Amino acid sequence: MNSFKKNLLKKRYNAERRFQWYGKIAIGLALSFLAVFMFQIFSKGYSAFQKTWIVTEVHYDKELLLIDAESPSKDDLENADYYDVAYKAMTSLDPGLPEEEDRQLIQMVSYKYEAEVKDLLLKNPDYLGKIVPIKLTASDDVDQVHKGNYPRDIPEENRRVNDYQLQIYDMLNERGDILLEFNISFFTSPDSREAELAGIASSFMGTVFSILVCLAFSFPVAVLAAIYLEEFAPKNKFTDFIEVNINNLAAVPSIVFGLLGLGVLLAVFNLPRSTPLVGGITLSLMTLPTIIIAARASLKAVPPSIREAALAMGASNMQTTMHHTVPLSMPGTLSGTIIGLAQALGETAPLILIGMVAFVNTIPGTPVDPAASLPVQIYIWSESAERGFVEKVSACIMVLLAFLILMNLTAQIVRHKFEKKWS
Amino acid sequence: MSKIKAENVNVYYGSKQALFDVSIDIAEKEVTALIGPSGCGKSTFLRCLNRMNDVIEICRVEGSIKMDNLELNSRKLDVVRLRENVGMVFQKPNPFPKTIYENVAYGPTIHGIAQSKEEMDQIVETSLKKAALWNEVKDRLDEIGTGLSGGQQQRLCIARAISVSPEVILMDEPCSALDPIATAQIEELIDDLKKEVTIVIVTHSMSQAARVSQKTGFFHLGKLIEFGPTDKIFKNPDNQQTQDYITGRFG
Repeated sequence: MNSFKKNLLKKRYNAERRFQWYGKIAIGLALSFLAVFMFQIFSKGYSAFQKTWIVTEVHYDKELLLIDAESPSKDDLENADYYDVAYKAMTSLDPGLPEEEDRQLIQMVSYKYEAEVKDLLLKNPDYLGKIVPIKLTASDDVDQVHKGNYPRDIPEENRRVNDYQLQIYDMLNERGDILLEFNISFFTSPDSREAELAGIASSFMGTVFSILVCLAFSFPVAVLAAIYLEEFAPKNKFTDFIEVNINNLAAVPSIVFGLLGLGVLLAVFNLPRSTPLVGGITLSLMTLPTIIIAARASLKAVPPSIREAALAMGASNMQTTMHHTVPLSMPGTLSGTIIGLAQALGETAPLILIGMVAFVNTIPGTPVDPAASLPVQIYIWSESAERGFVEKVSACIMVLLAFLILMNLTAQIVRHKFEKKWS
Repeated sequence: MSKIKAENVNVYYGSKQALFDVSIDIAEKEVTALIGPSGCGKSTFLRCLNRMNDVIEICRVEGSIKMDNLELNSRKLDVVRLRENVGMVFQKPNPFPKTIYENVAYGPTIHGIAQSKEEMDQIVETSLKKAALWNEVKDRLDEIGTGLSGGQQQRLCIARAISVSPEVILMDEPCSALDPIATAQIEELIDDLKKEVTIVIVTHSMSQAARVSQKTGFFHLGKLIEFGPTDKIFKNPDNQQTQDYITGRFG
């Protein structure tokens, strides 16, 4: 081999090695962005999965509860007056505190503390007349202090937790009366103005209903459209025009669909505002082209030899399509559908336009109840000023991501498990 | 006796003409081989016989093709009935990605041939036996048809084609994707089948045409150059072009 050839060969190897390195660097960059992003969210959000409780003692005094009956019924307990009992449970933490300063103690727990005091007695009627320990939801300020998210060393006038409250907190913490437990209410409670009480139940259910409505509307329409266009429609200028338009539809910004939902579904058809029904239909406009494109691609991927085999056996076009082509294209269609739905899952703009951004503090039971959705919930919380919502935003993002990963994983499994391999 | 009579068949793909005035008489219960170089129109002609050209939108067929006095090239023809009577075996084995049983049972199912499960079992068994595949697959009828070897797949396709007892079977280069042993099996099968059905086979292999057929037609550039008894075509053709192709001087 002469030196010129040798040189050429060496150059070729070097070029390939360089190219591989570019690729590796690109992948490394992408992964590190992802890692930073994930770290940000996890480090901020993980604490939202824990909840701070303040333990104190409550005396279910019949006199203070205004219960006269000797052996009170459930109704008596239900209608009793818990204000004083709850108030005493908190103020007993510092008996020396003058009455006009009591707000400082009350502010350390959530405003629902009275309801919590009531719930405990309703669950355990035999506590009546006894002094029992009780767990009260700490206010989001105390919660943030306990989780270490709130700086204690800034001047008192800039702090939402004042020196006196910190002193009580330290005393309780030393006694072991501050508990940090898994935050079940984050998953079971609807949204709330108070960070310590806010949960994702309403937005989660809203998302689930929206996605189901979206699936119910977009899947049949998209699959029928795809089958007709791919298997039956004549190939001419008109069907080409339709195809171009479907592809264009897939590229339309989602907010435009939101306007359509607002203008048509709400204004013309008078469907109930802020509901997953309207949200789902709006989202289905968005997923429709995605599913049509995926379904057509997977119909195209079915080898023509299968169609020929069926036709040559005397199957009609309809039989060929329904017995062979469509079943064989289903894995691809389904995974395309799931990916389309996953896109819809993260959509915020169209939902804001049709009013799913409203503050909803009930858990929707049907698709026609007002609801939020997970991405909109993220948006709502990120607008809130309280520090307690910062971790909730990240936690909500985590739930949304988990949902997305689950759906994409399903799509992958469907594709790999059921797709036929063509030799 | 003539089974299929084609007269002045012209086929166009858009503006391109693929067949020119082809007239041919295909005899009943015989094997007719169509030979010729690639692109000569022999497959196009074959696909006229069960109207598979309908699938190609730009394809237009003119002329008359009669099967037992039934005009095949007519809008009024029910292609579903036609294809029940005219089966087809393709170049590449194309069993459905379903079980062996389902592959064979598909035709009888859609045409409502079997009344009961027992009858269907019987049809599947007979068809597989006729296709000389029964002994190899009788214990695994519920396995996927595409899992068989190439030769077995092709015989499965033949079993599928004969499951509806067609009068004619069209074969489009059925052995071109197979090894010599599988090819020999298929050829033997063709020999057996011709007792009951009319077979039209398109082949690239002249030796195969010589072995299996009674009549041979030679196509070139969309024209039927010569048609006659296989012996005569191979030993003493009338046409110089046929002579040249047979002896391997072109094509």
